[in-house]
Order: sequence, then C-alpha cells, then structure tokens
Amino acid sequence: MTTLLLIEQVLNGLQAGIMLFLMAAGLTLIFGVMGLINLAHGSLYMIGAFAAAAVAAATGSFLLALFASLVAAAAAGVVIELAVIRRLYDRDHLDQVLATFALILILSEGTRWLFGSFPLYLDVPTILSGPVILPGGIAYPAYRLVIILVGLAVAAGLFLLIGRTRIGIQIRAGEADREMIAALGVNISALYTMVFALGAALAGLAGALVGAIQSVQVGMGEPVLILAFVVIVIGGIGSIKGALVGALLVGLTDTLGGVLLPLALGGLMDASSATSIGSAVASMLIYVLMAVVLIFRPTGLYGTA
Amino acid sequence: MTEPLLDIRRLTKSFGALHATDDVSLTLLPSEIHALIGPNGAGKSTLIQQIAGGLAPDAGRVMLNGRDVTDLSTAERVKCGLGRTFQISALAMENTVLQNAMLGTVGATRSVWRFLTPIMQDGQLRVQAEAAIERVGLEDVAHARVSTLSHGQRRLLEVAIALTLSPKLFLMDEPMAGLGAEGTARMTAFLSELRREAPILLVEHDMDAVFALADRISVLVAGKVIATGTPDEIRGNSDVRAAYLGDEVPL
Amino acid sequence: MMLPERTLNIILFLALPLVAVIALALDEPFIITLATRAAILALAAVGLNLALGLGGLVSLGHAVFFGLGGYAMGILASHAQSFTPLDLGLFTLDGTKSMPIIWLVAVTVSAFAALLIGLLALRTAGVYFIMITLAFGQMFYYFTISWPAYGGEDGLSIYVRNSFPGLNTLDPIQFFALVFGVLAAVLWLMGRIERSSFGLALGSARQNAVRVETVGLSPFRLRLVAFVISGAVTGLAGALFADLNRFVSPTMFSWQMSGEFIVFIVLGGIGRLYGPVVGACLFVLLEHMLSGVSDFWLIYLGAVLLLVVLFARGGVIGALANGRGVHD
Repeated sequence: MTTLLLIEQVLNGLQAGIMLFLMAAGLTLIFGVMGLINLAHGSLYMIGAFAAAAVAAATGSFLLALFASLVAAAAAGVVIELAVIRRLYDRDHLDQVLATFALILILSEGTRWLFGSFPLYLDVPTILSGPVILPGGIAYPAYRLVIILVGLAVAAGLFLLIGRTRIGIQIRAGEADREMIAALGVNISALYTMVFALGAALAGLAGALVGAIQSVQVGMGEPVLILAFVVIVIGGIGSIKGALVGALLVGLTDTLGGVLLPLALGGLMDASSATSIGSAVASMLIYVLMAVVLIFRPTGLYGTA
Repeated sequence: MTEPLLDIRRLTKSFGALHATDDVSLTLLPSEIHALIGPNGAGKSTLIQQIAGGLAPDAGRVMLNGRDVTDLSTAERVKCGLGRTFQISALAMENTVLQNAMLGTVGATRSVWRFLTPIMQDGQLRVQAEAAIERVGLEDVAHARVSTLSHGQRRLLEVAIALTLSPKLFLMDEPMAGLGAEGTARMTAFLSELRREAPILLVEHDMDAVFALADRISVLVAGKVIATGTPDEIRGNSDVRAAYLGDEVPL
Repeated sequence: MMLPERTLNIILFLALPLVAVIALALDEPFIITLATRAAILALAAVGLNLALGLGGLVSLGHAVFFGLGGYAMGILASHAQSFTPLDLGLFTLDGTKSMPIIWLVAVTVSAFAALLIGLLALRTAGVYFIMITLAFGQMFYYFTISWPAYGGEDGLSIYVRNSFPGLNTLDPIQFFALVFGVLAAVLWLMGRIERSSFGLALGSARQNAVRVETVGLSPFRLRLVAFVISGAVTGLAGALFADLNRFVSPTMFSWQMSGEFIVFIVLGGIGRLYGPVVGACLFVLLEHMLSGVSDFWLIYLGAVLLLVVLFARGGVIGALANGRGVHD
C-alpha cells in the first residue's frame, strides 16, 4: 500500500462524500423545514442524470447537460410538490413514506417507459477526460477533481444562502416556527415549493455529475438515497453542517474500507478469501459507523433532541 | 414521628441562566393534601417533572417512600408507588374508558407479559378497573372512546387510572381544570376522602379548592419555595401577599 | 354493501382457499402457486402489522427478516443437497431438508436480528426509526451481494422443495394447504396478542407513550418485544417464500420488498388483523392482471397506492366494512 494509492483513495472518498452531501443537504432541508420524509428524492437524482444524458446526446455539450439536469430536476420537484407533496405536510410519517414510495414506482417506471431498460452513458467532457498531476506527482482523473471542487463550491453557496440571505433567514425561521413566519407575511407555500425545488435541483445535479462516472439507469437513485439517509442519521436531521460532516465520513469510510480491509486481511489469510471477506465486511462498515453514532448520540452528531 | 412519603431535598434545575428550580425542599406526609401553588412561570411544571421522572435535576434528591428514586425512570417511580395525573390528559384516545382503566390494572399487577389471554375477559382485573371508573363516576361512559369525552371527563379518567395503581401517594396536576362548578365540588369532596388512602401533592389553580382542601400549602415563586404552612398561615404571610400582589387571587 | 368487519374478514379469508380449490378442479396449478405466493406475502405483512399497525413502528427494513428466513432455508438446504456440513467455527452442523427444523432456525435467526436492530433503532423515534431500519435492510442486501459463499448476487437454487412430515410438498395444492395452515395459525396468534394485556399496552404506547409509562410500563420494552415477534413472523414467511421459489437471492433483502410489505398493510387497511391478507392478495392479483396488460404495471400500482394514501385511508376493508378498525 503506497502513500500515493492512499491519497488517491482519500480523494475518491471525498468525491463520493461530496456528492452524497448534495443529496443529503436537500433531504435534510426538506425534513427540517417541512417535516417531510421524501423517499422520492432518489428519483430526482435519476431525473437529473437522465436529463443530462439526453441533452448531452442531443447537443454534445456537457455544460448544457448539467444545466438541463438542474432545470429538469427542479421542474420535476415543483410539479411533484404542487401535485402530491404539499398534501403530505400535515400527514404522519407513514403516509409520507407510502405516497413517496408510490412516486418512486411512478417515476421509475415512467423513466423506463421513456428511455428503455438499458443504461445510458454520459461521457466525461474531453477536456476533463485525462488525469491531472497533483503536487507530489499523483496522477488523478481531472473530472473527479473538478466534481469535488464543484461540489465544494455548491456546498459553500448553500451555506451562504442559508446563513446570509433573506431567503435563508425565512428557511431557518420556517424550521423554527411555521405559524409565526406565516403571520409575518411570508408566503409559506411558495417558500415550501422553493425549498423542495432547491433540494430537487441539488439531487439532479449530483445525479448528472455522478452519471458521467457510472452508468445512467433506472433505480440508480435509491441506493444513493439510502446512503443519504445514513448520512442524515449520523449528522442529525435538519442540520446542513451535520449533512456535510456525515457525508464526508460516509464517503471516506465506504471508499477506504473497501480498499483497505481486503489489504489488511491479506496479511492474515490467502488473497482470494481476503478479498471476498474484506469486501463483504467493508460493505457493512458505514452501517456499523451509523450504529456507533446511534449508541452515543441517538439524535446524530449535530442533531437537536 | 411519621415518615414523609415524598421527601424532596434541595432540588435544583437550571436552563441556561434561568433557575427553574432553585434549592427546593418539601415533604408529603401520610394522609395530607399538600398543595403547591404559585404564579405562572414559577417552575411548578419543571418541579413536577423532576418528581415524576421526566427531567433529571442538576442537584438534589427525590426520596419516594424512603427510597432514593432520583436516578430512576418514570416507569420505575410508578412501581415505587407514585400515582400521577396530568394537566394535559395523557390517555390512549382511540381506546375506550374501560380499556384505559384496564391498562392501569395491567401495570399495577405487572401482568403485561401475557400474550394469549384476552385481557378484557380477565374478571379480576376488570372488576378493579370498573370499580375505579365507578368511583370517579364515569360508569355511564365506560365503553365510550376517550376521544368522545369532554375535557372534564378525561380529567376524571386520569384519576381513575391512578386509582387502579393503588399508589402510596398521588401527584395531581390541576385535576379541577375544565370540570365546571359542580364537577369541581364533586372532585373536592372526592379528594378530601382520598387523602385517607394516600396523601396528595396537589398542583392547582383553583384557589377556593386549594384553600378548602389543603392541610399545608407551599408557594413557589421564581423557582424558590417562599413559604410553607397551613392555609391560615399562608393567607397571613406577607411574602406571599407580595408575590401575588395584583393577581386576582382571594387570599 | 356494508358488512360487519368480522363477517367480511371470514369471507375474504376463505376466498383464498376457495380460489386454490377451484384452480385444482380446473387443473390450473399456476393459479394455486399464485394463491400460495399471496398467502406467504400476506404472512410477511401480518408479521410487520404487529409492529406497524398496533405498535406504530414504521419499519422500512422488514425485508431483513424476510431475507434472513430465506437464507436460513437456502443455507441449510444447500448443505443438505451437497452433503457437506455447515462449518460454524466452533462446531459443524448438518444441513437439513426438513421444513419444521428450517422454520425453527428461520424464526430464531430473524428474532435475534430483530432484537439487535430493535435495540439500536428503538432508541430513536419517528423519521429516524424509518431511516435506520431502511439502512439496516440495505446493509444485509449489500452483505449478501458481496458474500460469495452462497451465490452472492446470483443467489442460490435449491433443486427439490423441502419436506414436511406427512405431506408431498411438491404437489402445489398440498404446499398451499401447508402455507395456508401456517397463515391461519399465525393470524389466530396475532388476534390473541392484539386482545391480550400485551396488545393493550402496545396499542396504548402507540397512542400515548407517557400514559404507558405512568402506569409503570416501559414503552421501549413493549416495542422491542413487538419488533422481535414481528421480525420472527416475517422471517418464517421468508423461509416459506424461498421454498416456494426454490431459490433465494439478495433481492429478498431489497428495500422495495420492505416497501411492498407496508403497501400490503395499507392497501388492505391499517390496524386491521386481516388488512395485510387482503392487501397481499390484491397486490398479487394486480401484479398478475396488470403485468399481462403492460410492462409498466408498477405505474398503475403507484397511482392506486397514491390515491389510497391521499383519499382512502381505511383501505379496502375500511371501504367495505362498517364500524372502525383498531384505529383509523
């Protein structure tokens, strides 16, 4: 195990974590402000990826494809919020789970009907397709490095939006006391639609960015959704900061565990069983992390009781 | 020398800079009604929660029936003999009055880990539950769902459930609220008798009822007990008058 | 047409064996297999219903127990069919093709997993509980995919259905009868539990946890026990499901499976003993009819589900029966 390989894996972990953050931030914001658990958030991720793949295939422009992912996911978010989600704010969690589960079925099958069952491919733009040489002589794929930077920029923008702007103040006030901000003349249903669309756009962007590394296919959103849930449980519901810390922890644990565990076990047993046992155990690491956090902080690292 | 059934020793609880409970000590003796009064925000609810187990004090002890229960959960304190009623009803709203009372008998007889015997056909427990319901006068609505009851009836059901536990002492949080004049009179008479079974720590806003019932009264102001004494002593206490000055409380 | 719920339950319950017997007379073994599938899925959801309907615990991870039951069957039977003992480190265990033994193992393993998951997840409530149960489900899913010993992602085939004393389990109607017998027994058991002192306390804890504490009971312990029983029943269903298909794979652990169990309960009518049975039958019927009409039948299922959640909260039994369920 060389230091170079380790640094490369740390960067991969950061990349996975920062993409998870884009998902988890929207989820935690929607839960914090509207009290809604949205299982269909993974579908918005998928919609972003499909929109990007379709636009990239039609125009050849990756930037247009990214823009399309934002617009398509935000638009889908607005439609879903107006048609279904707003009827669920006053319902219990069970109804929210079921209605958004129904939305997954509708959106997944609808996408399969439109695009077919075969995966689409979204190519990394040629300018970013090669490696860059980092200080220390590490060759790392330029695209991955760029999405880490894009992700960090979006995260910074989100913290500014929530912390420094008028909209952000309304969002935070909405988390604290719905009736009060309605009484102060804020249009609460417009605010909710906007928060939902913002969360959707973040998910769609993540879908498009990751779609260029992996394949774009129906069902791609739900595994990421569940990872984002793990992130939120670790970070604490409603906390953007918790979502960031949790996402990086999960991204790093998952990536490094998958590489390091088989290597570590290689010293104890033969190579093939080290690989199989190592990867099987590594697949459980983030859940073990979640369990440990739950034992010591049942409301997450940054959650309030 | 009679041992107090409830002995609160120097209980202290702060939320940031707010001293919600400030070095509070009080006792509840056998067969007495000890009323706890004080203006809104005096810290009555915080104190009750610390006695019942919902909130851990920063310092001080709660002794129940001679046993230190400061570190025990709500459920364990109930097993030590604490019977409680709530200011805002805590009832299984979709269940019937009888089912709620039966839950009390299940708790009292520690018979919850029975999975196959139909509980409502358990003659012994049912008799106990029905007796408690009858004592508070709810027998006509025994089979009604709690969600259909009036607030006053819910308050009576709270008392009935506490009765099924045969507690060593009662902790009652505003049992008169929502009862109306006739209901309050009946409840006053009822509690007056009940103290012979087990003493009552009574938190109540209805001052007529408090002064009619209480053997002793403690006045809580800004987290501190400023006076404890018989109703006559409290009436004549200048600190209490000062604390309540401006309130429309007949002193 | 409004019927008392009890009468309606009996009619709906007897519909399933009636379908199986008619299918036998018409020599349609596939229909019998469908009825068996419905009964097994119903059993899984009946298990979940104790936690969800009576206890108010929205578990989105019950596929864990379904999958564990399935793999209990798969692992024991695969060792029996290859005549290699199962090496557990400290001791070895022979595989078995006997259903009663497999069921016992499935129930024990699922109950133990439910105990561990419950100890962690029940420290929290509400949306945390939903997310944590979902996450643990995913953990088992990925574990079985990356664990190569029992087929990994491809799953594990069992060539001959396991045996039950006195029955020829390969005959569809006999296997149906066995499954239906198990379902009936578990429904009877659940009915008893619902009306027991434990059931009263569990239902009260769902409505008001403080009330339960105030009579000296611990809501945590009540919920934990309910979760364990619930997981054990769903685990038993998993073993039967694997035996029906003679195949187990990681998809038994998938989150969609957990979601579908909840769907059965809500389609039938939440908080009603027979709700999951009706919901599972309806699901299998819709699946059978709609998947013939369209490749995208899940869209229609999604639409139906959305309408039920938004506008018809009592489910099918709620629409057909007068009076109210355990809770509405």
